[in-house]
Amino acid sequence: MFLDVENLNVTFKTRRGLVSAVRDVSFTLEKGETLGIVGESGSGKSVSSYAIMRILDRNGRIANGRVSFDDMDLTAFSNREMRELRGREISMVFQNPRAALNPIRKVGHQIEDVLRRHSRATKYTARKKAIKALEAVRISDPEKRYDAYPFELSGGMCQRIVIAIALACDPRLLIADEPTTGLDVTTQKVVMDLLAELTTRRGMSSILITHDLGLAAEYCDRIVVMKDGEIVEQGKPDALFARPANAYTRRLISATPRPGAEIGDLVDPPLPSPPRPELGAPLLQVKNLSKVFGHGDDAVTAVDDISFDIREGETLGLVGESGCGKSTTSSMVMRLMDPSNGEILLNGKPMTDVPAAKFARDPRRASLQMVFQDATDSINPRFTARQAIADPIRRLTDEKPNGRVEELATQVGLPLTLLDRFPHQLSGGQKARVGIARALASRPKLLILDEPTAALDVSIQAVVLNLLAELRASLGVSYLFVSHDLHVVRLLCDRIIVMRKGRIVEEGDTASIMDNPTDDYTKTLLAATPMAPRADRDEVDIAITAKQAIAE
Amino acid sequence: MALAENSASEKAHRGFGGHVLYVLSENPITAVAFGLFALIVIVAILGPLITPYDPLESNAARALQAPSADHWFGTDSVGRDVFSRVIIATRLDMMISVAAVALSFVVGSIVGSIAGYWGGWMDAVTGRFVDTIMAFPLFVLAMGIVAAMGNTVENIIYATAIINLPFYARVARAEVRIRREAGFAQAARLAGNTDIQVLALHIFPNALPPMMVQISLNMGWAILNAAGLSFIGLGVRPPTAEWGIMVAEGANFVVSGEWWLAFFPGLALMIAVFAFNLLGDGLRDIVDPRQRT
Repeated sequence: MFLDVENLNVTFKTRRGLVSAVRDVSFTLEKGETLGIVGESGSGKSVSSYAIMRILDRNGRIANGRVSFDDMDLTAFSNREMRELRGREISMVFQNPRAALNPIRKVGHQIEDVLRRHSRATKYTARKKAIKALEAVRISDPEKRYDAYPFELSGGMCQRIVIAIALACDPRLLIADEPTTGLDVTTQKVVMDLLAELTTRRGMSSILITHDLGLAAEYCDRIVVMKDGEIVEQGKPDALFARPANAYTRRLISATPRPGAEIGDLVDPPLPSPPRPELGAPLLQVKNLSKVFGHGDDAVTAVDDISFDIREGETLGLVGESGCGKSTTSSMVMRLMDPSNGEILLNGKPMTDVPAAKFARDPRRASLQMVFQDATDSINPRFTARQAIADPIRRLTDEKPNGRVEELATQVGLPLTLLDRFPHQLSGGQKARVGIARALASRPKLLILDEPTAALDVSIQAVVLNLLAELRASLGVSYLFVSHDLHVVRLLCDRIIVMRKGRIVEEGDTASIMDNPTDDYTKTLLAATPMAPRADRDEVDIAITAKQAIAE
Repeated sequence: MALAENSASEKAHRGFGGHVLYVLSENPITAVAFGLFALIVIVAILGPLITPYDPLESNAARALQAPSADHWFGTDSVGRDVFSRVIIATRLDMMISVAAVALSFVVGSIVGSIAGYWGGWMDAVTGRFVDTIMAFPLFVLAMGIVAAMGNTVENIIYATAIINLPFYARVARAEVRIRREAGFAQAARLAGNTDIQVLALHIFPNALPPMMVQISLNMGWAILNAAGLSFIGLGVRPPTAEWGIMVAEGANFVVSGEWWLAFFPGLALMIAVFAFNLLGDGLRDIVDPRQRT
């Protein structure tokens, strides 16, 4: 057995006593195999891998269990021995490539560091070997990139550098911890394909830690599903998806957006999809909108002459990858930023006559609200949930905040007992609810949803998407749903706009865009999303009934 | 419906008092600093009530006595009780430093927040103004201000406030600037807050934890600065009891062996500066809601 983890227990010393983060986790890994560890936040998937590498925080320790790597017991190793092992035998690729790279050193030097550390290169050969490592991860013009600093490179390039560092000393085991989270889907595909190809060619074993079942299914030989520090199920991807034995695995699979599934199918048990509101008169009209940042030669056109309408009760999806101008567009529609050119009309009347800086006091402010991408960042850390929701009520309406806050909390399904908590005392899903309640507080007509579920686990995402659909049906608001993920946008939207480099490349009904995309870019986007093998609901049901029959 | 959503609800609520106790117990040095700080405050408040002698009453018969049961810290050249004088001086020194720090905190925060939030020409103007102050050797600047404006306690406060202003302005500017485009600031704008409301009610309170560290470090400097001015003969005048003057007067007698004259006020000064410098970390943990779990 190449890697054998046996009854691993990891505990953390915290303010509320010992917390066990990983309980009795056992798994094995063969030479050349790729194992996927899948779970939502707090499942202990990262902590398990940190325990293997012995890089737990100072307050965490391996309480008991054995980690044997090539018949060596890693838990018995001294720190000095572990340092020798890390990078040479086992290496790791981290989630945020920009944070994993030293911002003030040239990337070439950072590759040399690890080569020199493990005596794989001398002062004289290091440069040549570093350039070779850059070539191996397909960085074009490696001689030139050797001298680049991380900030000069894109996210995908940075992740390739991190991979180059991890693979520089030909380790035998690679642990990739959410290697593509935060990257665009097309970049994700490139990075994952590269990673898979390199590990296969070098005969390495690897562990892929991810929250994305589709990604794990596409790239792993075997999958371990974790929940609350324990392994709930493991098996080959096809079998796991076709016949998930565990209720949690089933819930996770059904919560993952996939072709054919309606929004109500994501939650367990499935809900009927709420009715779509009747479409009314055009609410928002955007005409020839442009935004140019900078002047003269440095000018960058972020949004280039785009036009679209949203009708009352309609949900429009705005899809594109990072840097396509979707955030700039939503800032302009929200009147947080003035356009360089073009008009934005609300109910047929232009809004651009009041500059963005003065719009906070405009009566139309209440009609336009937004749900932010990162609920954690968008709630004032010093405000309780109640204060955060009450803020717009006090500023934009004549209502009494107290009763209204509770009404809103009930509407979004936030328990009233949580209203007096600070954001850091709430979970991701609860914070998302606070953000939605705050956005609804002033009874808006148009809500911009800026990737409202991007920072959430899939099961919470499923719940939040259903909540948004229910609210739309009961309140009749229009949504502008901004996202990078076509498969999520599809669930909620009537129409979809695909943006690239500040321009609209394709526009149409949700069904026609998803089924018959005409633009090449839309096709690429659709193809890049990793899809889990379809779990046939009937087959699952039969499996369950069979099991129950045996049990009885 | 709630997979991970209930995990946070298990966390018990604790009051502010419980939080303070936790911070103190987790960090013994902070507890020591808070103890010293409490001692200094109590002494400053009780002052005249706990002195065994009148701090200004001279008694030639008892001049220059070494520390004894009657006079714990000995007596000075005109027979005044050093212990009583050290106690009485606490209130004056604290008053000067608290007033000076409060003044520079308020003005520095306003200047720095405006520069950080609006940037542009306002940032340039306030930035150069602050740079101008920083360009002078700070103690010499304080000496100049007191010498020019007159030898009074108020002028010591103003001088100390002016030389400390740049530190607050810079911290406030940096802290506001990094939060200017944060999600919660954008959300506050959408909620109908004007720029001034966004700055004062949403962004500035989040800059408080690092400002608290600055305040606490600055209190130490302010005390030293006030004592330093008195030491060289500016500011507070004899026979008023003040640590700086007492050290200055006592320094003449150290060579002839009467060490206690300079030693005890110097010790008081050292303890005060020490306590304030250590206080910073604990204070930051207490005002930061994220440290509460």
